[in-house]
Amino acid sequence: MSFEPRIVGFLCNWCSYTGADLAGTARIKYSPNIRSIRVMCSGRIDATFIIKAFLEGADGVLIAGCHPGDCHYQEGNYKALRRYRLLKRVITEYGIEPERLCLEWVAASEGERFARVVDEFTEQVRELGPLEFRGSIEDSLKNDNPVHEEHAGLGTGE
Amino acid sequence: MKLKFAIFWGAACGGCGVAILDTHEKILDIADMADIYLWPLAMDFKFADVEKMDDGYLDVALYSGAVRNAENEEIALLLRRKSKVMVALGACAHLGGIPGLANLYTREDILNRVYIDSESTINEEKIIPREAWNEDGNDLELPRFYNTVKTLDQVVDVEYYIPGCPPVPLQIFSALTLIRDGMLPPPGSVIGAGDRSLCDQCERVKEEKKISGIKRIQQVIPDTKKCFLEQGLICLGPVTRSGCGSRCINSGVPCRGCYGPLDDVDDQGVKMLSALASSLDAKEEKEIDAILDGIVDPLRTFHRFSLAASMLRRKKV
Repeated sequence: MSFEPRIVGFLCNWCSYTGADLAGTARIKYSPNIRSIRVMCSGRIDATFIIKAFLEGADGVLIAGCHPGDCHYQEGNYKALRRYRLLKRVITEYGIEPERLCLEWVAASEGERFARVVDEFTEQVRELGPLEFRGSIEDSLKNDNPVHEEHAGLGTGE
Repeated sequence: MKLKFAIFWGAACGGCGVAILDTHEKILDIADMADIYLWPLAMDFKFADVEKMDDGYLDVALYSGAVRNAENEEIALLLRRKSKVMVALGACAHLGGIPGLANLYTREDILNRVYIDSESTINEEKIIPREAWNEDGNDLELPRFYNTVKTLDQVVDVEYYIPGCPPVPLQIFSALTLIRDGMLPPPGSVIGAGDRSLCDQCERVKEEKKISGIKRIQQVIPDTKKCFLEQGLICLGPVTRSGCGSRCINSGVPCRGCYGPLDDVDDQGVKMLSALASSLDAKEEKEIDAILDGIVDPLRTFHRFSLAASMLRRKKV
């Protein structure tokens, strides 16, 4: 079976989610790989959310917020941009390709742009292939020593 | 009746054991409250004697150090079986600590670096320790060196955590008196520490955080009254549990995070990443990147003690 990337999208309520809605009402086709999560502001997206998405099986994470200067809360999208720039450096060290994380500005009127962003990002992640972060960690743990039999059953139940 | 203690170190520097001795004259009170049945750092007992005990014979096992090899894991399992209460003592047992940073490499990377590539090594035959060896009919065995450093609670169930690198000696003593007096909180709790962030109780003057440049401690003489972060020095105080008595802060050094995350925080380092990035004073991508260039090695800075306990745990292999 061909690989279908799992994309998690965090969309800000005021611009990007509305833009996604517009894409829907205008019946614009875009790739179905994205799982959209509405947040009140791109500045609300704690880096923990993104790391958790990668851990839970996302192959790519898209953050979308209002264009610079348009944030409903004045500064939120700048916070998102700063976290995004720093997080790209950190996930690279964890062995996650920085291209798996993407930030785009999508206004409420930009339904077509939203569709294009999702399509392009989906193709970008498709080329990178599956991430399978958790699986790779579990595999590497298997090479560490098997537990002494008499102590079996004392693990953490993880 | 006196309690029965076992004290062990896995992948550790020994600082936690020394911190127990650093309770000074209170060590006599510890000797009054408990008999010690195992303590390789300070006394001579045999593992074989521990193996002969009935399960649950010991009251408390204090385990310091991360689980880095098969021996660390085997003793952790043995002590879990023989003890009613398992305590992770210090940052390494709690979060992986400094040894946990090895999770950014593989086992092969580390063995090659240590035995072949390091500048001070001459090893023309490229000899690397093996797990098993037979010489003249004699079998020799070494515990397996693991690919991934683990925290104690990734290997066995742990009832209590005493954080710190090393834990403050008086905090160890107060945690032990909790055990003696049966005043323990529910299992899974951190004991011998606070429940607020270090930042929350820091006496330095805090104003609006707008960081326009990141500096390292050796590059500046920090103001003694102002918040470190506002001076551009990375301080993990906002995401680190209090209880250390602000040892570093009071000595003019920013917090490095050894007391670990607060309750209900999944990942101390990633939280710090979010907090620091939002405080930068830049809106353009280029300006932001220029400031970020000042953070030498962000992952190891934010996860200095907590990489093995972080959500992702290790570098993808």
